[in-house]
Amino acid sequence: MRFTPQVLIFGARCHVHLLSGTCFQQLILVCVCVCVCVCVCVSPQVIWDIIGNKQFCSFKVKTKSQNFCRNEFNLTGLCNRSACPLANSQYATIREEKGQCFLYMKVIERAAFPAKMWEKVKLSKNYEKALEQIDENLIYWPRFIRHKCKQRFTKITQYLIRMRKLVLKRQRKLVPLSRKVERREKRKEEKALIAAQLDNAIEKELLERLKQGTYGDIYNFPVHAFDKALEQQDEESESESEAEEEEEEDDEDVGRREFVAEDEVEESDLSDFEESSEEEEEEEEEMEVETKAKAKAKAKASGSKGKSPAGGSAARRKRAYVEIEYEQETQPAAKSTAT
Amino acid sequence: CIYFRSSSPLGGKRLSPKHKRHFLAAEKAEGGQADSSSQGAAFPPTFSLSEVKNKQRRHLMFMKLKQEKRKQKMQLKKKRRKEREALGDKAPPKEVPKTIENQRVYDETTVDPEDEEVAFDEGTDEFSAYFNRLTNPKVLITTSDRPRGRTVRFCEQLATVIPDAHVYYRRGLALKRIIPQCVARGFTYLMVINEDRKVPNGMVLCHLPDGPTAHFKVSSVRLRKEMKRRGKDPTMHSPEVILNNFSTRLGHTIGRLFAALFPHDPQFVGRQVATFHNQRDFVFFRFHRYIFKNEKKVGIQELGPRFTLKLRSLQKGTFDSKFGEYEWVLKRHEMDACRRKFQL
Repeated sequence: MRFTPQVLIFGARCHVHLLSGTCFQQLILVCVCVCVCVCVCVSPQVIWDIIGNKQFCSFKVKTKSQNFCRNEFNLTGLCNRSACPLANSQYATIREEKGQCFLYMKVIERAAFPAKMWEKVKLSKNYEKALEQIDENLIYWPRFIRHKCKQRFTKITQYLIRMRKLVLKRQRKLVPLSRKVERREKRKEEKALIAAQLDNAIEKELLERLKQGTYGDIYNFPVHAFDKALEQQDEESESESEAEEEEEEDDEDVGRREFVAEDEVEESDLSDFEESSEEEEEEEEEMEVETKAKAKAKAKASGSKGKSPAGGSAARRKRAYVEIEYEQETQPAAKSTAT
Repeated sequence: CIYFRSSSPLGGKRLSPKHKRHFLAAEKAEGGQADSSSQGAAFPPTFSLSEVKNKQRRHLMFMKLKQEKRKQKMQLKKKRRKEREALGDKAPPKEVPKTIENQRVYDETTVDPEDEEVAFDEGTDEFSAYFNRLTNPKVLITTSDRPRGRTVRFCEQLATVIPDAHVYYRRGLALKRIIPQCVARGFTYLMVINEDRKVPNGMVLCHLPDGPTAHFKVSSVRLRKEMKRRGKDPTMHSPEVILNNFSTRLGHTIGRLFAALFPHDPQFVGRQVATFHNQRDFVFFRFHRYIFKNEKKVGIQELGPRFTLKLRSLQKGTFDSKFGEYEWVLKRHEMDACRRKFQL
């Protein structure tokens, strides 16, 4: 039933103040020349005339091509005469709350009671049953509203299903970074880098490994290292034996010269030394003669080609060579010419 | 109102009584100070520099104080040096300067090299299969969703550094689904590089047949073309591995995690070395080629990418962020509060 205004409204601008969720029809006091105040409920047609195109509607969102309606009870979301919840006294919508769908209905009989205007019906979780419920509640209602309600309900169920599926898939977790913390960590990292002295550390480690012989006989250095270490060893610990051997070597001066002449042969000795066993070089760290012998023994044990006597003599020869050097130090004049 | 002559420092401006009071007070203080400096300190014992309101004067006083202190320090130093020279050989040895590494709070989980329990644990943990030479490492490198160019290039370069590494695109797959497939195909490691704002910033390293999962923060990534004075591209030889400064139990676990990425037998012919150096809980990764010039000197040339890692969490079992059992998680308030305490 529609009320038609029986009194003309003189120059009174009526702005319909619309609160969210409720349609509030302002009672307009109209002064007639007869001084009779008449309270009138404005008809939906009048409302649409005002908010539809002519004046302001706070729910309307205008874009270049279309107008949208931001009212929560709007069925389609567009701003139309047939879809406006304010401009229709008989209206229905579907809304969902926490995964539950409800059918809201508004009839003209309750237009005067804003608090009780919308009737809320809980729809079943079963899709078909819910559709039947909608049909049953909206029987004899305009076709448009029935159809749009069902469409809206379908859309809502579809997105609820998608939400439930997504929860089961991978969730991306966003971890916020604190700027202060990041700055502090960056500085700590820089300081740590400086303290680390990476190049030095790496070089030291590599040289350690070389000394320990993990590289086998790939490099020729081990011989020199061995010599140098032997020198050190002799200098430190065997000063007495040096003294003795000097005397002996005085006797063997002639023999020594032979050794000196064997400089060329030494290379073949070297090559023999290398070929004999790869593992001999591994024992570079054991530079003492006693342990050198042990190394030889180990090498023998690990299956070298049995050139150990040659190796041993080479060692002895090497050792003698070294001693010659000491002799050089003590008697430079005598031996420098020889070497 | 009182007029000041133009010879005054304020240039003859008119002063209100309030300013006049301040000015007079300042003069008094100055006078007082002049007196005191000529006599010696006449300030009350509770005087502190911050009580002087005049900024210039305060600054001057502070400078003077600093100079005094510096002078005293130099005198002390000279005296000590003289004493040291006087003593000659008998002088006490030079004191070692305090560094953060020196002052490090002793961690009770530091591993003793001869600890049998640790040795036993390490003989039977998840990496024992690798260290007993039962498995060869095979690494799968992937990223988070939709990686940008920098991350992709980083992954490719990592794949050249680690022998037997394969890069696969993620394409939105769930890690928990990838893991059984990897295990089925014989992979031993899953490495996921996480990306944020077009830059790699995280790494998840998962040892596959139900091994531990480590989550690192990645920073300072330098790709190959950004390196200065770098060498040619790395060859296919297996590199050697250097692990420095992993001293605690946690450090040991992480060290073994890194070690198991590379094959057992490095090919010395290739002369390549990958270094994981731990300093103050930051693990620096470098990849070099070395050459021994003689037995005392080695030259190294950096190739390959470099990056820094910081451990965020270590989880037992393969990747499971919801129900996984975390062995260790970085808790900033507890662990970062002390500057001398480190975990690795």
